[in-house]
Amino acid sequence: MSVAIELRNITKRFGNIIANNNVSLSVNNGEILSLLGENGSGKTTLMNMISGIYHPDEGQIFIGGKQVSIRSPHEAFEHKIGMIHQHFKLVDLFTAAENVVLGLKEEGRYNIFDVVEKVHAISDKYGFDIDPTKKIYEMSVSEKQTVEIIKVLYRGADILILDEPTAVLTPQETRKLFAVLRRMRDDGKAIIIITHKLHEVLSLSDRVSVLRKGEYVGTVETAKTNEAELTEMMVGKKVELNIERTDPVDPQDRLLVKNISCINREGVKVLDDISFTARSGEILGIAGIAGSGQRELLESIAGLQHLSEGEILYNNPKTGSTDDLRDKTPLQIRELGVRLSFVPEDRLGMGLVGNMDIVDNMMLRSYRRGKSFFLERQGPKDLADDIVQKLEVATPNTATPVRKLSGGNVQKVLVGREIAASPTVLMAAYPVRGLDINSSYLIYNLLNDQKKNGVAVIFVGEDLDVLIELCDRIMVIGGGKITGIVDGRCASKEEIGLLMTKSSGGSEND
Amino acid sequence: MTDNKKIREPLLRITKRPSIVWWKAWIILAVAILAGFLLGSLVIYALTDCAPVKVFKSLFDGTFGTERRTWFTLQQTAMLLCVSLAVTPAFKMRFWNIGAEGQVLVGALAAVTCIVYIEDMIPNWLLLIIMVGSSVIAGMIWALIPAFFKAKWNTNETLFTLMMNYIAMQLVSFMIMVWVPNGSSVLPTQEFGWLPAILDKKYLFSILVVVVLSVLMYIYLKTTKHGYEIAVVGESENTAKYIGINVKKVILRTLAISGALCGIAGFLIVAGAEHTITKDTVGGNGFTAIIVSWMSKFNPLIMAFSSLLIVFLQEGSSRIAETYSLSDSISDIVTGIVLFFIIGCEFFINYKVNVRHSVKAAKEDK
Amino acid sequence: MINTIASFISAAIIQSIPLLYGATGEIITEKSGNLNLGIPGIMYVGGISGIIGGYIYERMAVEPSAFLCIIIPLLSTLIGSGLMALIYSFLTITLRANQNVTGLALTTFGIGIGNFFGGSLLKLFGESGSISLLTTGNYYKTKLPFADDLGLFGETFLSFGFLAYLAIAVAIVSSIILNRTRTGLNLRAVGENPATADAAGINVTKYKYLATVIGGAISGLGGLYFVMDYTAGAWTNNGFGDRGWLAVAIVIFALWKPSSAIFSSFLFGGLYIICVKIPGLSGAAKELIKMLPYLVTIIVLVFTSARKKREHQPPAHLGMSYFREDR
Repeated sequence: MSVAIELRNITKRFGNIIANNNVSLSVNNGEILSLLGENGSGKTTLMNMISGIYHPDEGQIFIGGKQVSIRSPHEAFEHKIGMIHQHFKLVDLFTAAENVVLGLKEEGRYNIFDVVEKVHAISDKYGFDIDPTKKIYEMSVSEKQTVEIIKVLYRGADILILDEPTAVLTPQETRKLFAVLRRMRDDGKAIIIITHKLHEVLSLSDRVSVLRKGEYVGTVETAKTNEAELTEMMVGKKVELNIERTDPVDPQDRLLVKNISCINREGVKVLDDISFTARSGEILGIAGIAGSGQRELLESIAGLQHLSEGEILYNNPKTGSTDDLRDKTPLQIRELGVRLSFVPEDRLGMGLVGNMDIVDNMMLRSYRRGKSFFLERQGPKDLADDIVQKLEVATPNTATPVRKLSGGNVQKVLVGREIAASPTVLMAAYPVRGLDINSSYLIYNLLNDQKKNGVAVIFVGEDLDVLIELCDRIMVIGGGKITGIVDGRCASKEEIGLLMTKSSGGSEND
Repeated sequence: MTDNKKIREPLLRITKRPSIVWWKAWIILAVAILAGFLLGSLVIYALTDCAPVKVFKSLFDGTFGTERRTWFTLQQTAMLLCVSLAVTPAFKMRFWNIGAEGQVLVGALAAVTCIVYIEDMIPNWLLLIIMVGSSVIAGMIWALIPAFFKAKWNTNETLFTLMMNYIAMQLVSFMIMVWVPNGSSVLPTQEFGWLPAILDKKYLFSILVVVVLSVLMYIYLKTTKHGYEIAVVGESENTAKYIGINVKKVILRTLAISGALCGIAGFLIVAGAEHTITKDTVGGNGFTAIIVSWMSKFNPLIMAFSSLLIVFLQEGSSRIAETYSLSDSISDIVTGIVLFFIIGCEFFINYKVNVRHSVKAAKEDK
Repeated sequence: MINTIASFISAAIIQSIPLLYGATGEIITEKSGNLNLGIPGIMYVGGISGIIGGYIYERMAVEPSAFLCIIIPLLSTLIGSGLMALIYSFLTITLRANQNVTGLALTTFGIGIGNFFGGSLLKLFGESGSISLLTTGNYYKTKLPFADDLGLFGETFLSFGFLAYLAIAVAIVSSIILNRTRTGLNLRAVGENPATADAAGINVTKYKYLATVIGGAISGLGGLYFVMDYTAGAWTNNGFGDRGWLAVAIVIFALWKPSSAIFSSFLFGGLYIICVKIPGLSGAAKELIKMLPYLVTIIVLVFTSARKKREHQPPAHLGMSYFREDR
């Protein structure tokens, strides 16, 4: 077997952050290599360097034994490299065939029927099931993915990179995809598949390379490894963080989520029969691979997602009544007297308005108060001053637009505001993402304070060490389903890691 | 360095500025206006031999040279400002209402209709009140129709409001034909429904109304809950939903206000200046107002100056053309040139152009 | 009766030609994602550029030749309107200015240029009177050679100057290019999803510039047809009226298809002229009929947005500027 592509000592930095440190790996022709790693381990960055989107700071890339420099996606094509990204780059209004030839400078007259023929030929060769004359907007996610793969093959790619291709697929679709990938392998193509689902790795690939936090951990042959070894390579040894955790005092059922399901615009079931209870005075952690339904879950509770099934019951501690929050708007939820605070993942796109100053952002939650036609600015101004001072927000003054603040300070403003509403339920999605150590601990302390005040805290996190040390219970979701709920005090990283990758959604063997 | 070739940076690389110091933005704007003036006066010079240095003096003379001209300039400014105020709340919400021309026109039509049918059956003050009411309602309806479809089916509001303008114009032509079926098809100047002159100044009343409206609009946008909601919807519809704003309701409410103000502008044109109507009564102010509002960053106070600048250019260059007995359309050319510079300079406020570091530095890299 | 209908059809065709040029040009422009509301102004400039070119040539030439009488105004128009579109392109594509604002300013500017030179051209050359380029106009009005031999049919369909047929040819060619060629595919991708087009290796900026400038130049021909053929070489201020906006309306009515624009222009041209042709119509009723094109356009707009059929929507990225780093 000849080596198709080899990376030697690749390093890539973004500012002070090292995304890839001294990574070396290789793929042979006629081989499927899995690139395994948690979120943020640098898998996609590494592959983007092969497909010409980034350029490595250090190290070399060899294709067919020759050193090359890949400076653009176009040059990657010339080296017969094709990458299928997670976000499809397709024109919705065009047919599959039109998307396949888009931007190509082929010889001869353009005739869409020839293209349709060629697409048929490729489909037959590898067993794709696609109608080249179908418009993209009429297609399922899986069909769109197929178009992307055919696009790459049509351009003659011999090295294919797929970035988490099964994340959006049903089990049946995944099975089909794998069959196609195997056929391509047998045809001599080199395939790299980025993933974090262990069973897929084991069933599909010939070898596995593992990355962890930008570092290259090692490569093993699939036949000679098992889930436990791969999990350990992926998550690493436990790191002591010493985050404070008190025992819950008088926990009461605050929020009862019962059998909720949600179907997104593409028709994919993003939440599938989810049931859990959030209790007062307790931090409930939610762990899972990115895009497993975390965002939809929180947005459903906040009144921003339409549910197809189930109910969300809120026990009001003041009145003792129980209300169903399903299909209520955020305003209706507030009018019911539900004190729900929500720190969304998209801080500047949803939680805050980037062009407004800190005071005006404080008002987002409170501006309706009072009967007056006019805004009351003194309260929000005091709150802004208070937050800036207590949370040590680095800003010239409270009249600074929040988009000018650094990520950590933006988050302090947002969390500060949400906590100031004295909630009974506090939901936070990735509240420490992109924050430095000090800011992160500040956020942990704020969440712990809320817990001591009897708030039901729901914390969506990605760092397992943090989840294990901060949360009382950890709910793991995969593919829109709950794969397990564990006790934070006795759970192990491996246990959670296994649950995360055990999504019933993507398994081939179901 | 490795022996990989360094990616060659393009000569000019454009990046978004995170922010710009306010005075730098003002300097860029001032330079742009100045450059526009310069090119404009060169054009005037080329066409009229009026020396560029004299152009500015002539412009000034044409707009503020006599008391009559000054009042006329102020009246024109007030009208343009009034329409600019009207379109502002919608724009701030990112609703591209380019139908102000039509909304003002139906406002004017409503006012004229009241005059034509009521005449002196009731006292003038009562007639004026009825006129205002009808104008406001007419403008509102004209703005709410596209807003309704925008809220319901997300119908493209730019194209919709554009078409509404011409329907309004034909409606005016139609009404004129109804009132003056034979002969000139020009509606003669009406005797009734005139705004009272204050201190003997014909235009003062409408100017004062617009001053009051500017202040009110400033207050509305800056200090009320409505204004705040408009800003949030305009900045981020996602955030608006997150905090529970009913976006459709805000769209309809804001367009009702926008249309009502256009109606008032139409009323002021009829009752304060024209006392008749043609389909060109608004004279493109509905379109110019869009530019005024946009270049003033939706700030009603800056809009007063922008309106004055444009009227100054238009009226001033018309006078120059008049002196040389040329077509007064030269004013549109000069205004256009200055506007292009103002529109273009926005780029240098929002983006930074990075020139590639000298070739030497690139070589050192290698 | 048949003669009345024939004369109506022929009048409607004459009315439709400027609209068709404007609509075809605007469709090409909008397919690149640029909503050029400067089209009415560009059409004025197209008209006056032709007049200026023809006027200067008629003044200079002792014996104006047919070829030059045609080609000089034609080139002047293409250059004049192309330059106008270039101003728009530079401001909106390179400087990323707001498209609506730029377009409206361009219309003010263009109508100003048209009316100014229309009113002052002779004066600038030290003459008096009003513009009338009879020689040039006559060349532009020359019918097809065999038109007179074909009786009523020839009179109805073949009795126009060459620009009329060129308009239909341009619309058909545009339709073929948009739907049947690589260039058309790439252009449509730019208007639908510039980020995807960019990723596929299409030069988004180049396509936007070319489409806008070519589209502008084509629209300008509508102005040329009007001044040379319709008014036979004469200029009246604001004579072109709001035909530019009617062209924008046709773009919507034709659902962004140049082939449908041919029929739509004919329909709108017919509505424009029908009030003159129907005998005994009151002045008021005429004005109401003139309202119809805009009314039906709105109905089409509302109807298509309600039905949400993807093929009938405006280009998805219409009105927005593209900045690669925004992705």
